[in-house]
Amino acid sequence: MHDYSRMVPQATPETKPYWDGLKEGKLMIQRNKATGQAYFPPRPFDPRDPVAEVEWFQASGRGKLATYVISHRPPPGFEAPFSIAVVELAEGVKMMTNIVECPQTPEALQLDMPVEVVFHKVNDEITLPLWRPAKGG
Amino acid sequence: MVKPGSVAIVGAAEMVSPLGVFPELSQLGLHAESAIRAMKETGLKPSDIDGVACAGASPTEVAYYLGITPKYVDGTSVGGCSFMIHVRHAAAAIESGLCTTVLITHGESGKSGIGRGGFPGGRQGLNAQFEQWAGPTGAPTMFTVPVMRYMKQYGITEEQLAMVAVVQREYAAKNPNAMMKDPITVEDVLNSRMIAYPFRLFMCCLVTDGGGALILTSADRAKDFPTKPVYILGTGESVETPLVSQMEDFTSSRAFSVAGPTAFAEAGISRDDVDHLMIYDAFAHLPLYGLEDLGFVGRGEAAQFIWDGNTRPGGKLPLNTNGGGLSYTHSGMYGMYALQESVRQMRGTAPAQVAGAKISVAHGVGGMFAASGTIIMSNEQP
Repeated sequence: MHDYSRMVPQATPETKPYWDGLKEGKLMIQRNKATGQAYFPPRPFDPRDPVAEVEWFQASGRGKLATYVISHRPPPGFEAPFSIAVVELAEGVKMMTNIVECPQTPEALQLDMPVEVVFHKVNDEITLPLWRPAKGG
Repeated sequence: MVKPGSVAIVGAAEMVSPLGVFPELSQLGLHAESAIRAMKETGLKPSDIDGVACAGASPTEVAYYLGITPKYVDGTSVGGCSFMIHVRHAAAAIESGLCTTVLITHGESGKSGIGRGGFPGGRQGLNAQFEQWAGPTGAPTMFTVPVMRYMKQYGITEEQLAMVAVVQREYAAKNPNAMMKDPITVEDVLNSRMIAYPFRLFMCCLVTDGGGALILTSADRAKDFPTKPVYILGTGESVETPLVSQMEDFTSSRAFSVAGPTAFAEAGISRDDVDHLMIYDAFAHLPLYGLEDLGFVGRGEAAQFIWDGNTRPGGKLPLNTNGGGLSYTHSGMYGMYALQESVRQMRGTAPAQVAGAKISVAHGVGGMFAASGTIIMSNEQP
């Protein structure tokens, strides 16, 4: 497992519910109350309609592998080669992450394969949303 | 000069507190909240806004954050008078038809210091919170992220990606100033050191020192200079997102797709009229995206177009004739070198000169598919 402590993010008031959710093992994102459409990264308004009401909700934690590279240029604390990936959530939004708990090879990392979130605690403030190949159905 | 009275301010809002602080908003949030207040006052939505100007944040961040797809951006950042300058530029842009509605924003968490300073926003910036922790180490591991989706969608092979570098080396071999001149094969490219799968070393740009400058003047005055005039026929620009993971479509750059067609519409020419093309090639996939997003070929056809020799010396659409960022030079902001090569081709002085070329296109990218600009030029005045 990588050592993420050197690049640990810090929440802003707008993103605090997202990072608070991760601490509790919940993937909290936002959606437009009227349309139900999700958006990401978090912000206090829907970029499609900034005066609409929005709400936080718990995402399913399921998605598929949208794209990736396998980096041979690790930052300090990372083990290379390693994937830098984008996952598309079932809710339709995308996030950058690392795919873990599988070989870091093109053979093991197939586009569109189902993935699920796994919560990785870095410190008391920050837990990161990593993703792994989905187990079972 | 902009015709007096032809442009007006229709919305105005500010964020001022008697306490002097907004502890619930980051610096970017202050830009956004000010913008939303002004939009509310005028009844405009982000989709009604087609120009963005700001300082203290990148226009990429502000446009993306507010959900705006601009045709006009101005990140002029020269201190406290920047916003007056933004207004001036906006008036000129509107007058000349580059855009219709420009949003100018300011936001500064000067007291609370939330989301300001360092690499955009430091640990609280969008990049730090939503990408940087996953371990990218600069452009080779970021700019490259979308390509696997592109390759799967269109059945593009690693050999075809490698061919981009092979063809450009053929031009570099003719160029005394190119850093890399030795001929290479597809096998050479695939056998070069792995950087970020599927990208090998020869699919990545050089890292060099360099510089360049251009001087522009009116076409009427240009005739009085000793050099052969190169006329600007059309221009375009756009931004999409500071987060490569948030591109709308990993197989196409929205910024390219706005900037390129905008320039062609202004110039009033078709793709078939283009004799010479430069597409900023920090990495081997960029000419593929550029050829498609600018409309030179259909979706998914660019790799085969290059494979078939169309962009080679003597081909029907000579591309990156200086050798490009992959083989010529790349000091970090390569766009200047693409423009310089277009000018040389129009003056007829390029090392790999395209005989009889009259129209050249120089297409650039900024950030990791974050921004784009397109310039169409000619050695004949229309």
